[in-house]
Amino acid sequence: MSSSVLKEADRVMTICNACRYCEGFCAVFPAMELRRTFTAADLKYFANLCHNCRGCYYACQYAPPHEFDLNVPKALGELRLETYAMFSWPSALKGMFRNNGWVVGLVAALSVAAVMLLTLLFKGHAAFFGAHTGAGAFYRVVPYAAILLPFTALGVFILVSLWKGVANLWRETGGQPLELRDLKAHRQAVWDVLRLRYLEGGGDGCNYPDERFSMVRRYFHHAVFYGFMLCLASTTIAFFYDHFLGWIAPYPFWSWPVVLGTAGGLALIAGSGGMLYLKKHMDRAPASVESFGMDIAFTALLFLTSLTGMAVLLFRETAAMGTLLTIHLGFVLGLFVSMPYGKFLHAVYRYAALVRHALEQGKGNREASKGNG
Amino acid sequence: MKPEDRSAPNLSRVYDVLVVGGGNAALCAAMTAREAGASVLLLESSPREFRGGNSRHTRNLRYFHDSGNWHLTGPYLEDEFWNDLLLVTKGQTNEDLARFAIRESKNIGMWMEQHGCRFQPAMRGTLHLARTNAFFLGGGKALMNAYYATAERLGVEILYEATAEDLEIREGLFTSAAFDHRGVRRTARARAVVLASGGYQANLEWLKQSWGPPAENFIIRGTPYDKGRMLRVMLDQGAQPVGDPRQGHAVAIDARAPKFDGGIVTRLDCVPFGIVVNRDARRFYDEGEEFWPKRYAIWGRLVAQQPDQIATCLIDSKSIDLFMPSVFPPIEAGSIRDMAARLKLDPAALDDTVQAFNAATRPGSFDPAALDGCATEGIEPAKSHWARPLDTPPFYAYPLRPGITFTYLSLTVNRRTQVIMQGGTPAENIFAAGEIMSGNILGQGYMAGFGMTIGTVFGRIAGKESVRYVVERLKRS
Ligand SMILES: Cc1cc2nc3c(=O)[nH]c(=O)nc-3n(C[C@H](O)[C@H](O)[C@H](O)COP(=O)(O)OP(=O)(O)OC[C@H]3O[C@@H](n4cnc5c(N)ncnc54)[C@H](O)[C@@H]3O)c2cc1C
Ligand code: HEM
Ligand code: SF4
Ligand code: SF4
Repeated sequence: MSSSVLKEADRVMTICNACRYCEGFCAVFPAMELRRTFTAADLKYFANLCHNCRGCYYACQYAPPHEFDLNVPKALGELRLETYAMFSWPSALKGMFRNNGWVVGLVAALSVAAVMLLTLLFKGHAAFFGAHTGAGAFYRVVPYAAILLPFTALGVFILVSLWKGVANLWRETGGQPLELRDLKAHRQAVWDVLRLRYLEGGGDGCNYPDERFSMVRRYFHHAVFYGFMLCLASTTIAFFYDHFLGWIAPYPFWSWPVVLGTAGGLALIAGSGGMLYLKKHMDRAPASVESFGMDIAFTALLFLTSLTGMAVLLFRETAAMGTLLTIHLGFVLGLFVSMPYGKFLHAVYRYAALVRHALEQGKGNREASKGNG
Repeated sequence: MKPEDRSAPNLSRVYDVLVVGGGNAALCAAMTAREAGASVLLLESSPREFRGGNSRHTRNLRYFHDSGNWHLTGPYLEDEFWNDLLLVTKGQTNEDLARFAIRESKNIGMWMEQHGCRFQPAMRGTLHLARTNAFFLGGGKALMNAYYATAERLGVEILYEATAEDLEIREGLFTSAAFDHRGVRRTARARAVVLASGGYQANLEWLKQSWGPPAENFIIRGTPYDKGRMLRVMLDQGAQPVGDPRQGHAVAIDARAPKFDGGIVTRLDCVPFGIVVNRDARRFYDEGEEFWPKRYAIWGRLVAQQPDQIATCLIDSKSIDLFMPSVFPPIEAGSIRDMAARLKLDPAALDDTVQAFNAATRPGSFDPAALDGCATEGIEPAKSHWARPLDTPPFYAYPLRPGITFTYLSLTVNRRTQVIMQGGTPAENIFAAGEIMSGNILGQGYMAGFGMTIGTVFGRIAGKESVRYVVERLKRS
């Protein structure tokens, strides 16, 4: 057990394992109960399995000011952040997890500035500030190839990076490569993700933003998650239209890319805006302060990306389109560039942890419990 | 000003019902009284963070139910319930009141859920009690949080860090209570009072009166706020006691536990799988007499009777995985002599004890799930089951001390939970619920989950009856 963060997670889980009162809240406790002592690998796995619902903080008779000073969400949250730096690829860039909020903010700002400057440089004032309509209007501001090529390259890089990260997590937490082929476990994990089961806190939601039980964070997350998926679908369809059918954007309002994009964008705005609002009002006691910056930067970036996307749609007939489009593309670029080094990792790492959990629970209990009373 | 103080109670008024205490019994009484229309003031001795007394350390309760439901796997009927109680108390119970409590507990889970309680389905850690006991999702503190939220929503006025010190009783009638609120003495007036302030297990001075100086070395498993002040006041005012003052529910827990509030995690279940020696490295009782849950509660007293109230449970690596993990890591050593050095016991004496024990063990088929045939021969005290030689290093040790859960001495009450005074007359407007009156029913022993049953059942009755009294009195005047 090297770092103080790992030691704290070990101390906390050891106390929980003697208590187990929280076993009904989430997946972490049943996973914990399969073990008697914890290796660093176990703890890293728990950290990514934890959904930070905070139920086990408010329910804990050992929470501060008790001398045991037990704070599971905080301890696991701090370790979770460490695992992001540990597992992410290429590891040379893991410094990006220090002050991740500022780093991601800077990446986003630079991306916006870069897109705007390059556009101005290569396309000139007229293209940038003029009004464009009709087929290919967007591409008169930013050429098709200038969008497609960098984003394809980036997409490939992101996929490789995320995959490497997951593979690292899987290996470091003791998983066998072949186990990843277990479809039943994937089905369970996908279902857990789609309904965000472990933000249900055993039925009434999680304790966020404060001590009361609430589904609001879960609903906002659904808006973000499904909104994001809709936007991805919209982009994919648009790509297909353009590349294979030769239909050039912008598309009319009643077309698949615009309808899906609008629904997704609005959901994203509502969801990420709501999450930022909750974050501002949350009780900080159970929170891992170190990951604030990362959480806020990612959420804000989603918010700004979707907001500017909607603005492009709204003002695409006007002279503001060029400016808005470049800003939007800048944010999209920033979002994707920072993807493998920020909060987005929570999606893939949590997913991997959920798969491992499904596998493990499926296998049955290594240690039968000796009861409590 | 703390956030919870924003709605400070108005102490110039006369409340209908004053509730003293802030645990399960108190909240059940307060919610019930408030729902019946009474104005209610609740005084909780602890700060908000530690509210809920011993109830915050609990995990489940048992109640009478005709059929299983989503959190209970099958029926648990009155007669079985009563027989279980008879067994643990060895008859030290008031049958009328006990049967009444059992009947009143029928389907109480529904009422609890309506008041914010959330149960959990039977899970790995809960299976052996899954038919009789309902488990709180997140444990007792989660339950207390839910009850406090409900009580606040209903309009119960709650004051934390408010410790009742005296009761003004005139001609048998309660009129007001003097209490300390963060160092300031204040008075709360009410037409009726519900005493739900728990036992006196956190009052070491009082414990010493019946247990002598050894009580100094006891660890209090639950809240430091249950000092029995109300029990004392009422006994001094002539209330009729019930329950043995020399008894308490005490178990052997990890000696490294904090003095107070260590709760469930300090328990140790290793005793049946090893040997237990005292300060002089001598064994003193049959470690394998019965299944652990049946012997759990005698070991507190056994350790309390040893010099310095300290003992050590010693096992070897064959047994380390056979019991629930506990909060402090075991002390580990490669040999018995090393272990003795680590435990500051006499190495020769410990070696002798282990060798004598090992020599007395007989081959047999060891089975932790049954009263197996592994018994010692020719040694005093014997070990009747699970006796295997301690011969496979590393050796592990857990230090033990008596940990007191609750006390038995209580206030006598009638079915309406009115406190009975010497001579048998009930105090008209003084009601008691929970641990402070549990000695009527639980005169001896303990049954998992029954403390919360007593608090819930009699808390509700006290709430209802106190309002009934107030209504009748207002009608009369
Ligand atoms: C570790 C542990 C685990 C347990 N597990 C279980 C279990 O799973 N199931 C079960 O049924 N039982 C269990 N018990 C027993 C159970 O805790 C008690 O039976 C039950 O909590 C008693 O409830 P109560 O409301 O009477 O007292 P408490 O919950 O102790 O409440 C007493 C309250 O009164 C307050 N108070 C005391 N004096 C004053 C005063 N002078 N003025 C104002 N306030 C005062 C205290 O602060 C406290 O809030 C457990 C006990 C312990 C220690
Ligand atoms: C496997 C899929 C996913 C799971 C299991 C998951 C789970 C969670 C959980 C449990 C939280 C709250 C706790 C926390 O991390 O602090 C959260 C926060 C968040 N998630 Fe996801 N998520 C997934 C995918 C996504 C996706 C695809 C997006 C958007 C692109 C997203 C965006 C967010 C945002 C913006 C937050 C808010 C951060 C905060 O408020 O601190 N999530 N996610
Ligand atoms: S968080 Fe607290 S109450 Fe929950 S299992 Fe851990 S120690 Fe027990
Ligand atoms: S914060 Fe929620 S998800 Fe995380 S361990 Fe606690 S109960 Fe489980």
